[in-house]
Amino acid sequence: MLFQEATPDTSGYMIAGYAITFIILGIYVASMYLRNRNYEEDMNLLEEMEKAAAKPGKPAKAVTKKRTKK
Amino acid sequence: MNSKPLALKILDLVSILLLLAAAYLAIFVAPTEKVMGDVQRVFYFHIGTAWVALVGFVFTAVLSVVYLVTKDLKWDRIQVAAVEVSVVFFLITIILGSIWARPAWNTWWTWDPRLTTAAITELVYIAYFMLRQGIDDPDRRARFGAVYALIGGLSAPITFFAIRLFRTIHPVVIAGSNANAEGTFSMTPDMLKAFFFALFAFTVIFIDLFWNRIRLGNTQDKVEQLKMKVTI
Repeated sequence: MLFQEATPDTSGYMIAGYAITFIILGIYVASMYLRNRNYEEDMNLLEEMEKAAAKPGKPAKAVTKKRTKK
Repeated sequence: MNSKPLALKILDLVSILLLLAAAYLAIFVAPTEKVMGDVQRVFYFHIGTAWVALVGFVFTAVLSVVYLVTKDLKWDRIQVAAVEVSVVFFLITIILGSIWARPAWNTWWTWDPRLTTAAITELVYIAYFMLRQGIDDPDRRARFGAVYALIGGLSAPITFFAIRLFRTIHPVVIAGSNANAEGTFSMTPDMLKAFFFALFAFTVIFIDLFWNRIRLGNTQDKVEQLKMKVTI
Protein backbone atom coordinates (compact mmCIF):
# COMPACT_ATOMS: atom_id res chain seq x y z
CA MET A 1 0.00 0.00 0.00
CA LEU A 2 2.90 2.39 0.74
CA PHE A 3 4.39 2.37 -2.78
CA GLN A 4 1.22 2.69 -4.82
CA GLU A 5 0.50 5.92 -6.69
CA ALA A 6 -3.30 5.97 -6.89
CA THR A 7 -5.54 6.02 -3.82
CA PRO A 8 -6.96 2.51 -3.42
CA ASP A 9 -10.72 1.92 -3.42
CA THR A 10 -11.37 0.78 0.14
CA SER A 11 -14.92 2.15 0.36
CA GLY A 12 -16.35 -1.36 0.85
CA TYR A 13 -14.44 -1.70 4.13
CA MET A 14 -15.61 1.75 5.21
CA ILE A 15 -19.25 0.88 4.51
CA ALA A 16 -18.85 -2.42 6.37
CA GLY A 17 -17.35 -0.58 9.35
CA TYR A 18 -20.14 1.96 9.64
CA ALA A 19 -22.83 -0.68 9.00
CA ILE A 20 -21.45 -2.89 11.78
CA THR A 21 -21.29 0.06 14.19
CA PHE A 22 -24.94 0.93 13.56
CA ILE A 23 -26.01 -2.74 13.72
CA ILE A 24 -24.25 -3.39 17.05
CA LEU A 25 -25.62 -0.20 18.61
CA GLY A 26 -29.09 -1.06 17.23
CA ILE A 27 -28.99 -4.58 18.67
CA TYR A 28 -27.85 -3.24 22.04
CA VAL A 29 -30.61 -0.61 22.19
CA ALA A 30 -33.19 -3.26 21.15
CA SER A 31 -31.91 -5.65 23.82
CA MET A 32 -32.26 -2.95 26.48
CA TYR A 33 -35.79 -2.16 25.30
CA LEU A 34 -36.83 -5.83 25.37
CA ARG A 35 -35.27 -6.49 28.76
CA ASN A 36 -36.99 -3.41 30.17
CA ARG A 37 -40.35 -4.48 28.72
CA ASN A 38 -39.97 -7.98 30.21
CA TYR A 39 -39.06 -6.63 33.64
CA GLU A 40 -42.04 -4.28 33.60
CA GLU A 41 -44.37 -7.16 32.66
CA ASP A 42 -42.88 -9.21 35.49
CA MET A 43 -43.32 -6.31 37.88
CA ASN A 44 -47.01 -5.90 36.95
CA LEU A 45 -47.58 -9.61 37.40
CA LEU A 46 -45.80 -9.72 40.75
CA GLU A 47 -47.74 -6.70 41.99
CA GLU A 48 -50.99 -8.45 41.01
CA MET A 49 -49.85 -11.60 42.81
CA GLU A 50 -48.98 -9.56 45.88
CA LYS A 51 -52.45 -7.94 45.88
CA ALA A 52 -54.15 -11.29 45.30
CA ALA A 53 -52.20 -12.86 48.13
CA ALA A 54 -53.20 -10.01 50.45
CA LYS A 55 -56.96 -10.59 49.78
CA PRO A 56 -58.44 -13.34 51.99
CA GLY A 57 -59.78 -16.40 50.15
CA LYS A 58 -58.10 -15.59 46.88
CA PRO A 59 -54.99 -17.71 46.35
CA ALA A 60 -52.00 -16.11 44.67
CA LYS A 61 -51.65 -19.09 42.32
CA ALA A 62 -54.76 -18.00 40.40
CA VAL A 63 -52.78 -15.09 38.98
CA THR A 64 -49.79 -17.18 38.01
CA LYS A 65 -51.80 -18.85 35.23
CA LYS A 66 -51.48 -15.63 33.20
CA ARG A 67 -47.72 -16.15 33.15
CA THR A 68 -48.02 -19.17 30.82
CA LYS A 69 -48.62 -16.99 27.76
CA LYS A 70 -44.92 -15.91 27.80
CA MET B 1 -43.55 1.86 37.10
CA ASN B 2 -41.33 4.85 36.33
CA SER B 3 -41.77 6.57 33.01
CA LYS B 4 -38.66 7.88 31.32
CA PRO B 5 -37.65 11.37 32.49
CA LEU B 6 -37.91 14.14 29.92
CA ALA B 7 -34.17 14.87 30.17
CA LEU B 8 -33.39 11.27 29.20
CA LYS B 9 -35.84 11.38 26.30
CA ILE B 10 -34.11 14.52 25.04
CA LEU B 11 -30.71 12.90 25.53
CA ASP B 12 -31.88 9.85 23.52
CA LEU B 13 -32.85 12.11 20.64
CA VAL B 14 -29.67 14.20 20.88
CA SER B 15 -27.57 11.01 20.88
CA ILE B 16 -29.18 9.75 17.67
CA LEU B 17 -28.64 13.14 15.99
CA LEU B 18 -25.02 13.30 17.18
CA LEU B 19 -24.32 9.79 15.88
CA LEU B 20 -25.71 10.70 12.46
CA ALA B 21 -23.82 14.03 12.45
CA ALA B 22 -20.56 12.28 13.42
CA ALA B 23 -21.06 9.79 10.58
CA TYR B 24 -21.81 12.65 8.16
CA LEU B 25 -18.65 14.57 9.16
CA ALA B 26 -16.49 11.45 8.94
CA ILE B 27 -17.85 10.29 5.57
CA PHE B 28 -18.62 13.54 3.72
CA VAL B 29 -16.65 16.36 5.35
CA ALA B 30 -13.30 14.81 6.30
CA PRO B 31 -10.99 14.45 3.28
CA THR B 32 -9.98 11.08 1.88
CA GLU B 33 -6.64 9.88 3.15
CA LYS B 34 -4.43 9.36 0.07
CA VAL B 35 -2.61 6.17 1.01
CA MET B 36 -5.41 4.16 2.66
CA GLY B 37 -8.47 5.60 0.92
CA ASP B 38 -11.96 5.58 2.41
CA VAL B 39 -11.27 2.90 4.99
CA GLN B 40 -9.35 5.50 7.02
CA ARG B 41 -12.76 7.06 7.82
CA VAL B 42 -13.52 4.26 10.28
CA PHE B 43 -10.74 5.78 12.38
CA TYR B 44 -13.12 8.47 13.73
CA PHE B 45 -15.55 5.91 15.16
CA HIS B 46 -12.71 3.55 16.12
CA ILE B 47 -11.13 6.18 18.38
CA GLY B 48 -14.47 7.57 19.56
CA THR B 49 -15.69 4.18 20.79
CA ALA B 50 -12.27 3.26 22.22
CA TRP B 51 -12.13 6.51 24.18
CA VAL B 52 -15.48 6.01 25.93
CA ALA B 53 -14.92 2.28 26.48
CA LEU B 54 -11.50 2.68 28.12
CA VAL B 55 -12.69 5.59 30.28
CA GLY B 56 -15.71 3.44 31.15
CA PHE B 57 -13.49 0.55 32.26
CA VAL B 58 -11.40 2.85 34.46
CA PHE B 59 -14.64 4.31 35.84
CA THR B 60 -15.80 0.81 36.83
CA ALA B 61 -12.62 0.41 38.88
CA VAL B 62 -13.47 3.66 40.69
CA LEU B 63 -17.02 2.37 41.27
CA SER B 64 -15.53 -0.81 42.73
CA VAL B 65 -13.76 1.23 45.39
CA VAL B 66 -16.94 3.20 46.10
CA TYR B 67 -18.93 -0.03 46.50
CA LEU B 68 -16.31 -1.71 48.69
CA VAL B 69 -16.24 1.34 50.98
CA THR B 70 -20.02 1.98 51.18
CA LYS B 71 -21.38 -1.59 50.63
CA ASP B 72 -24.39 0.04 48.96
CA LEU B 73 -25.78 -2.17 46.16
CA LYS B 74 -26.71 0.96 44.21
CA TRP B 75 -23.04 1.31 43.25
CA ASP B 76 -22.97 -2.30 42.11
CA ARG B 77 -25.88 -1.65 39.73
CA ILE B 78 -24.11 1.44 38.37
CA GLN B 79 -20.93 -0.60 37.90
CA VAL B 80 -22.74 -3.33 35.96
CA ALA B 81 -24.23 -0.63 33.71
CA ALA B 82 -20.81 0.95 33.08
CA VAL B 83 -19.17 -2.40 32.29
CA GLU B 84 -21.95 -3.50 29.94
CA VAL B 85 -21.98 -0.28 27.90
CA SER B 86 -18.16 -0.19 27.80
CA VAL B 87 -18.02 -3.80 26.56
CA VAL B 88 -20.40 -2.94 23.70
CA PHE B 89 -18.34 0.10 22.68
CA PHE B 90 -15.06 -1.77 22.94
CA LEU B 91 -16.44 -4.57 20.76
CA ILE B 92 -17.15 -1.94 18.09
CA THR B 93 -13.58 -0.59 18.52
CA ILE B 94 -12.04 -4.03 17.97
CA ILE B 95 -14.22 -4.85 14.95
CA LEU B 96 -13.53 -1.46 13.33
CA GLY B 97 -9.81 -1.91 13.95
CA SER B 98 -9.94 -5.30 12.29
CA ILE B 99 -11.80 -3.90 9.28
CA TRP B 100 -9.21 -1.12 8.95
CA ALA B 101 -6.32 -3.61 9.32
CA ARG B 102 -7.42 -5.75 6.36
CA PRO B 103 -6.47 -3.22 3.63
CA ALA B 104 -3.83 -1.39 5.72
CA TRP B 105 -1.90 -4.40 7.08
CA ASN B 106 -3.22 -7.03 4.67
CA THR B 107 -4.62 -9.07 7.55
CA TRP B 108 -7.78 -9.02 9.69
CA TRP B 109 -5.86 -9.74 12.86
CA THR B 110 -2.31 -9.94 14.14
CA TRP B 111 -1.03 -10.61 17.67
CA ASP B 112 0.42 -7.13 17.99
CA PRO B 113 0.75 -5.83 21.62
CA ARG B 114 -2.11 -3.32 21.16
CA LEU B 115 -4.48 -5.83 19.56
CA THR B 116 -3.59 -8.50 22.10
CA THR B 117 -4.10 -6.23 25.13
CA ALA B 118 -7.38 -4.95 23.62
CA ALA B 119 -8.65 -8.51 23.10
CA ILE B 120 -7.64 -9.43 26.66
CA THR B 121 -9.43 -6.35 28.06
CA GLU B 122 -12.65 -7.26 26.22
CA LEU B 123 -12.45 -10.87 27.42
CA VAL B 124 -11.72 -9.78 31.01
CA TYR B 125 -14.98 -7.80 31.09
CA ILE B 126 -17.03 -10.50 29.35
CA ALA B 127 -15.75 -12.86 32.06
CA TYR B 128 -16.98 -10.30 34.64
CA PHE B 129 -20.56 -11.13 33.65
CA MET B 130 -19.83 -14.87 33.71
CA LEU B 131 -18.46 -14.51 37.24
CA ARG B 132 -21.59 -12.65 38.37
CA GLN B 133 -23.87 -15.24 36.79
CA GLY B 134 -22.36 -17.91 39.01
CA ILE B 135 -23.12 -16.16 42.33
CA ASP B 136 -26.67 -16.03 43.73
CA ASP B 137 -26.20 -13.95 46.87
CA PRO B 138 -26.44 -10.24 45.82
CA ASP B 139 -23.95 -8.96 48.40
CA ARG B 140 -21.39 -11.66 47.62
CA ARG B 141 -21.93 -11.12 43.87
CA ALA B 142 -21.38 -7.38 44.25
CA ARG B 143 -18.26 -7.86 46.39
CA PHE B 144 -16.67 -10.36 44.00
CA GLY B 145 -17.65 -8.20 41.03
CA ALA B 146 -16.14 -5.11 42.62
CA VAL B 147 -12.81 -6.81 43.40
CA TYR B 148 -12.70 -8.35 39.92
CA ALA B 149 -13.48 -5.02 38.19
CA LEU B 150 -10.89 -3.25 40.36
CA ILE B 151 -8.16 -5.64 39.20
CA GLY B 152 -9.58 -5.77 35.66
CA GLY B 153 -9.41 -1.98 35.54
CA LEU B 154 -5.63 -2.29 35.13
CA SER B 155 -6.15 -3.73 31.65
CA ALA B 156 -7.51 -0.41 30.33
CA PRO B 157 -4.36 1.70 30.93
CA ILE B 158 -2.20 -1.23 29.78
CA THR B 159 -4.16 -1.29 26.50
CA PHE B 160 -3.87 2.48 26.12
CA PHE B 161 -0.12 2.58 26.75
CA ALA B 162 0.67 -0.64 24.81
CA ILE B 163 1.46 1.30 21.62
CA ARG B 164 3.66 3.73 23.56
CA LEU B 165 5.55 1.15 25.60
CA PHE B 166 6.03 -1.82 23.28
CA ARG B 167 7.29 -2.25 19.75
CA THR B 168 4.12 -2.37 17.68
CA ILE B 169 2.81 -1.76 14.17
CA HIS B 170 -0.29 0.03 15.48
CA PRO B 171 -0.19 3.77 14.60
CA VAL B 172 0.03 6.39 17.37
CA VAL B 173 -2.05 9.19 15.90
CA ILE B 174 -2.68 11.08 19.14
CA ALA B 175 0.17 12.49 21.26
CA GLY B 176 3.09 10.48 19.98
CA SER B 177 4.67 8.69 17.07
CA ASN B 178 5.82 5.20 16.28
CA ALA B 179 8.63 4.44 13.82
CA ASN B 180 7.40 0.88 13.32
CA ALA B 181 3.78 1.85 12.66
CA GLU B 182 2.08 0.87 9.42
CA GLY B 183 -0.88 2.99 8.32
CA THR B 184 -0.01 6.15 10.25
CA PHE B 185 -1.13 9.55 8.91
CA SER B 186 -1.24 13.26 9.80
CA MET B 187 -4.61 14.90 10.36
CA THR B 188 -5.81 17.92 8.35
CA PRO B 189 -8.07 20.56 10.01
CA ASP B 190 -11.22 18.88 8.55
CA MET B 191 -10.04 15.51 9.85
CA LEU B 192 -9.50 17.06 13.28
CA LYS B 193 -13.00 18.53 13.16
CA ALA B 194 -14.54 15.11 12.41
CA PHE B 195 -12.30 13.49 15.01
CA PHE B 196 -13.16 15.78 17.91
CA PHE B 197 -16.84 15.76 16.98
CA ALA B 198 -16.82 11.94 17.04
CA LEU B 199 -15.18 12.01 20.48
CA PHE B 200 -17.87 14.38 21.74
CA ALA B 201 -20.71 12.43 20.08
CA PHE B 202 -19.62 9.08 21.52
CA THR B 203 -19.20 10.62 24.97
CA VAL B 204 -22.83 11.83 24.88
CA ILE B 205 -24.05 8.49 23.44
CA PHE B 206 -22.19 6.64 26.19
CA ILE B 207 -23.81 8.80 28.88
CA ASP B 208 -27.23 8.23 27.32
CA LEU B 209 -26.86 4.44 27.13
CA PHE B 210 -25.31 4.37 30.60
CA TRP B 211 -28.27 6.27 32.08
CA ASN B 212 -30.74 3.95 30.31
CA ARG B 213 -28.82 0.91 31.56
CA ILE B 214 -28.83 2.18 35.16
CA ARG B 215 -32.62 2.54 34.94
CA LEU B 216 -32.86 -1.00 33.58
CA GLY B 217 -30.77 -2.25 36.52
CA ASN B 218 -33.05 -0.44 38.96
CA THR B 219 -36.14 -2.06 37.39
CA GLN B 220 -34.45 -5.47 37.55
CA ASP B 221 -33.66 -4.90 41.22
CA LYS B 222 -37.29 -3.97 41.97
CA VAL B 223 -38.49 -7.15 40.22
CA GLU B 224 -36.08 -9.28 42.27
CA GLN B 225 -37.24 -7.63 45.50
CA LEU B 226 -40.90 -8.21 44.56
CA LYS B 227 -40.14 -11.84 43.73
CA MET B 228 -38.60 -12.31 47.17
CA LYS B 229 -41.60 -10.62 48.81
CA VAL B 230 -44.13 -12.76 46.93
CA THR B 231 -42.18 -15.96 47.56
CA ILE B 232 -42.01 -15.27 51.30
